[in-house]
Amino acid sequence: MIKKLLLFVLLAGAGVMFWTGISDYEVKQDLNPIASYYADQGLEETGAANLVTAVVVRYRGLDTLGEVVILFLTASILGFFLIKRDGKNDFRESSEILKTASRLLEPIIILAGVYVFVNGHLTPGGGFQGGAILASALILAYLANPNDSISKTLLKITESFSGLSFVIIGVLGIILAGGFLDSTLLPAGSIGNLISAGVIPIIYLFVGLKVGSELAGIVTNLKYAPKNESE
Amino acid sequence: MITLEYITLGTGILLMLMGIWGLFTQKNLIKIVIGFTLVDTGIHILMVSIGHIKNRTAPIIDDAVNASEAADKVVDPIPQAMVLTAIVIGLGITALMLTFVVKMAKDNNSLNVSNFKSLKW
Repeated sequence: MIKKLLLFVLLAGAGVMFWTGISDYEVKQDLNPIASYYADQGLEETGAANLVTAVVVRYRGLDTLGEVVILFLTASILGFFLIKRDGKNDFRESSEILKTASRLLEPIIILAGVYVFVNGHLTPGGGFQGGAILASALILAYLANPNDSISKTLLKITESFSGLSFVIIGVLGIILAGGFLDSTLLPAGSIGNLISAGVIPIIYLFVGLKVGSELAGIVTNLKYAPKNESE
Repeated sequence: MITLEYITLGTGILLMLMGIWGLFTQKNLIKIVIGFTLVDTGIHILMVSIGHIKNRTAPIIDDAVNASEAADKVVDPIPQAMVLTAIVIGLGITALMLTFVVKMAKDNNSLNVSNFKSLKW
């Protein structure tokens, strides 16, 4: 009883705290100075029509690198905890409908994922979203054929190569252009074209491959999670 | 008067409160993880709605938004970029928590948080 009361007090307190935070929230009319700088100068400085991409890859590129590193650490720790020696689980065969549908859908999903991260600087989307779509195609493949397995070595090579290329592009930016991850390393090109915005599409390509292979690796590791010792 | 801003902000706060409730009342470890992800999602909705400005469009420069007048036509791109980062980090943390759940369930043969005596003092 006292527990429930305490919980109620906690929730009510949190609710009041959050509500006072927003109750006198005034609807904004203008962008704050830094956002309006990004809106005004973003296209000129980066060449990316999608301003969110300009912020993610150029202005906060270091954050994105850190984010990719965190994802890599997660995948590594997962692999460390869920390691299984023989790597074989017996799963029930999936239904014929799922198998046939996955053969039809997988290429389309992969194509959609590649489209999303290749066009990240022009349309809504980007490396992380596209990578997640790529990984979803691999997860569908796992659901359809649970006893087949994607080569872990291939995933690791893709992931390491993409991560390394990301850092190398960043360092090349220091040497050849204005700074770490500077997108003016390559000419900006004409705005709105697929090949434009300097190195942003290349960075997003590597981010997409890296995120896709990492998420697929996480699912692979969770799939082969060890069963109870007693079994 | 209820406006769009209050609906989105209220949804975010409600999701956060539901998540906190789940964190404190649920006994099943996986349900605790679900509670955490609810808090996570609530924060994302809150952040995006704070960056929203009425009658403005997505921060993408194309035929509808000229580069010269972009600052008067688009919403704040920074919270959206931050939420993009936060979603990925949230995914990483959730995967990590589920890994620990798998490990704990394997060691103690139970998902009930009351059965983990080593957590008590």
